[in-house]
Amino acid sequence: MTWDVVIGCEVHCQLATKSKLFCSCSTSFGAPPNTQVCPVCAGYPGVLPTLNGAAVELAIRAGRALGCEIQDSSTFDRKNYFYPDLPKGYQITQYNRPICLGGSLEFEVDGQGKSVRLTRIHIEEDAGKLSHGPGGTVVDLNRAGTPLIEIVSEPDLRSADEVVAYLKSLRNLVRWIGVSDGHMEQGSFRCDANVSIRKGTDEPFGTRVELKNLNSFMHVKKAIEYEVARQASELDSGRKIIQQTRLWDDRAGVTRAMRSKEEAMDYRYFPEPDLPPLQLPDGWDSVPLPELPAERVARYRDQLGLSAYDAQVLTAEPDLSAYFEDVLSTGANPKTSANWVQVELLGRLNADGLSATESPVTPDALGQILARLADKKLSGKLAKLALARAYEGEKLAAIFEDLGEQVVDPNAIREPVKQLIEDNPAQVQKYLDGNQQLIGWFIGQIMKTSKGRANPQVVKSVLTEMLEATRE
Amino acid sequence: MTIHHQSATQLTRIICAGDISAYEVTTASLEQIQAENPNLNAAITICAEKAQAAAKRLDESIGRGEIPGPLAGVPIVVKDNLCTEGVETTAGSHILRGHIPPFTATAVARLVNAGAIIVAKSNLDEFAMGSSTEHSAFGATKNPWDHTRVPGGSSGGSAAAVAAGWAPISLGSDTGGSIRQPASLCGVYGLKPTWGRVSRFGLIAFASSLDQVGPFARTAQDLAAALQVMAGHDPHDATSTAYATDALNTALEKDIRGQRIGICPEWMSGNGLSTGVADTVSHAIEVFEKMGAKIVEVTLPKTQEALAAYYVLAPAEASSNLARFDGVRFGVRNEANTLPEMYKSTRGTQFGDEVIRRILLGTFVLSDGYREAYYRQAQRVRGQITHEFESAFADCDLIASPTSPVIAPLIGAQTDPLAMYRMDEFTIGANLAGLPALSIPCGYSDSMPVGLQLIAPKFREERLLSIAAAYERHAGQPGVAS
Ligand SMILES: [Zn+2]
Repeated sequence: MTWDVVIGCEVHCQLATKSKLFCSCSTSFGAPPNTQVCPVCAGYPGVLPTLNGAAVELAIRAGRALGCEIQDSSTFDRKNYFYPDLPKGYQITQYNRPICLGGSLEFEVDGQGKSVRLTRIHIEEDAGKLSHGPGGTVVDLNRAGTPLIEIVSEPDLRSADEVVAYLKSLRNLVRWIGVSDGHMEQGSFRCDANVSIRKGTDEPFGTRVELKNLNSFMHVKKAIEYEVARQASELDSGRKIIQQTRLWDDRAGVTRAMRSKEEAMDYRYFPEPDLPPLQLPDGWDSVPLPELPAERVARYRDQLGLSAYDAQVLTAEPDLSAYFEDVLSTGANPKTSANWVQVELLGRLNADGLSATESPVTPDALGQILARLADKKLSGKLAKLALARAYEGEKLAAIFEDLGEQVVDPNAIREPVKQLIEDNPAQVQKYLDGNQQLIGWFIGQIMKTSKGRANPQVVKSVLTEMLEATRE
Repeated sequence: MTIHHQSATQLTRIICAGDISAYEVTTASLEQIQAENPNLNAAITICAEKAQAAAKRLDESIGRGEIPGPLAGVPIVVKDNLCTEGVETTAGSHILRGHIPPFTATAVARLVNAGAIIVAKSNLDEFAMGSSTEHSAFGATKNPWDHTRVPGGSSGGSAAAVAAGWAPISLGSDTGGSIRQPASLCGVYGLKPTWGRVSRFGLIAFASSLDQVGPFARTAQDLAAALQVMAGHDPHDATSTAYATDALNTALEKDIRGQRIGICPEWMSGNGLSTGVADTVSHAIEVFEKMGAKIVEVTLPKTQEALAAYYVLAPAEASSNLARFDGVRFGVRNEANTLPEMYKSTRGTQFGDEVIRRILLGTFVLSDGYREAYYRQAQRVRGQITHEFESAFADCDLIASPTSPVIAPLIGAQTDPLAMYRMDEFTIGANLAGLPALSIPCGYSDSMPVGLQLIAPKFREERLLSIAAAYERHAGQPGVAS
């Protein structure tokens, strides 16, 4: 039988602050172990946390972009457990009164609109990292105290594909508004999924299983599909689902039980006495938000006349969208720009594994090429050639100088055409005898002698006119 | 009189006048400490070299004509749960043996910046958990007035140091009475400021929402000077406040005529209150009345539940605060084959019994299924007590009571933890409500000092100091124990 799948997500998203949540240590990735640590984030006796205002601002920005109710007053709590990567023996988080409640995210799955409701967003600190080696286990506290937001969704997702689309859209959004760099491979965007199945959409929710260790979109998809199949086979064979946490083992392609509900940790939450309630100052909502992806899609479609598909592609990723916006700001035609960015540029960038910000052709350079195309100073073919050469690193001025300007004056073409007709009487006769296809050969010859600068339309009309004139 | 037995204010005056050097004062203090500590055991660490070096630097700077701080050259003793950079800080626990903090507690740093010189780190009940300083990994401290008795606790070492004349000022921490009770038992002033008045940064936390750093002294003026220097906002402590300290300056001269002093009948009898203490405190209150204060009756019925609420909330926070002592990053580690064994062995053997008792208690009251009945209920009681104090202060300016129900007990006499907890009966309320409170030495019972507690509304420390100074003008300065 087929099962209705119910999934809710908890996303941990590292906030793009320079310093940690409760001290001034750097948050940059990849530093040698334990070089970004101070007594505060190492949990030394006597230290106290002081809240990083930049983290609060980013959390609020995320909440506003997701339509949450931002709380004027929120509080911090301690989540207590022992682990060597948790220096204080507790994590400071927002358990009882988070900074954001509610909200939703709208996105598309296979061309269909989908909306997922959010439960809450809260601020918390990250733990450090353990590395297990032959010499034993070592603790690296560089990441300890890094600011995170946890974005918790309602169980509104119905398939692995929906979850992936939700996560991609959410990741795009947080990167878009500068809340997070969203690097999954560096752990700055992590997802846990709560998966359950039920017989029909009217049935109550089934027992849920929490999936962890989902380190890429591919892992998310494979783990959920595996877990849904596993739960279905359990129920089909008359067994029950046990509420538990399971880890995705990508090498084996299975989920494995980590701990059951009975073994669940008792975190002994209580209010953090070292931090006063977080009261937002007046005017926290006066800073305008940037145009959000969904708003930009609508503008591209409704005002610029781009296709829905083009609008989606060009807003799927903040770097690319910013690039496209910069091309538009040179005054280039939106549809032409959309074509050129997607067809001519994106293919090259993807092949080279570059992001739009790393493009060898700047938005301004592309704008200049498109301007010469629009002015007919460059033919489409030469404009493409110019882009190709600029991509290889050639200076734009040198390329334009070398290619020169397209010849659009018919009179400038009459002389070489006259010469061509005189030099090729046999071909002219064939043409006059009815082989109209030969016009292409004539055009090609003129383009060759003009080194591609002649405008093909002008060449064609001059050629037709002068060939016909030889009939008399 | 020995040089360093003068008040801090007087010492700074004569050092700045060039009558004596800070080095001489420091050396006199250190000589007394070194002679007496083997018997008194009030110090865990004596900072002889560092103190003499600091005194020399101070003398040189005064010689160069630099303007000295308000506590220039004053020897101070610091409770060993306040971090001192480069000086071992143990919190009275085996688990922190050899721990040298990389920073200095803000309260201590402010005193040092004002010219004070740390001569010793004082003994305490382990992690400030206790009321007798017997629960220290470094042995019990003796009461300078009678070496067979305890000095009280947990800041017993700091109270004993000032009582013995080692230094005019010392620092303690007060979570349920840990400054006021030993001050009372040792016959010195002990002030617990308003929660948030003095930064807690660098204080090794016991129960963060109750802990507060405060001074001991033998004169009201020294007490005011120390508080003035330590008070104020600290960027390292988000709960510290920038509340004005202006009123502290004029408090000492203020006439107490018309001040309404509230007396709570249920605190003046019963509750294990000894008649000797009750009579001495009543007599002091009569003196206040003679000086023009108005005695009014107030009622604080909910404070009967303060002790119960405290012994839920304080251990709850302690169980979390002490989780960091896991043998991973600092202090002592017992090596073992697995991580859980390392945790169990380190914490099971390096913590003392009283600390383990409170960690277990705190873990229990926060656990799933018990949190509502214990932790949340205690929080509600705490709210009610806070409200009750606020109402009482509508009818009075201060509340007076005994500090401790009894004089200093004999060393080893208290074997029942509950009996020890009861000694905090009168002091705990001020911690739960975050109020400033002071113990004033007000006489003797059985030749042992008795303390009177005054509690004021939040940030009204000046009222406490006014009464203390007025009483001191009447009764004289408390003397050095002999
Ligand atoms: Zn740090």
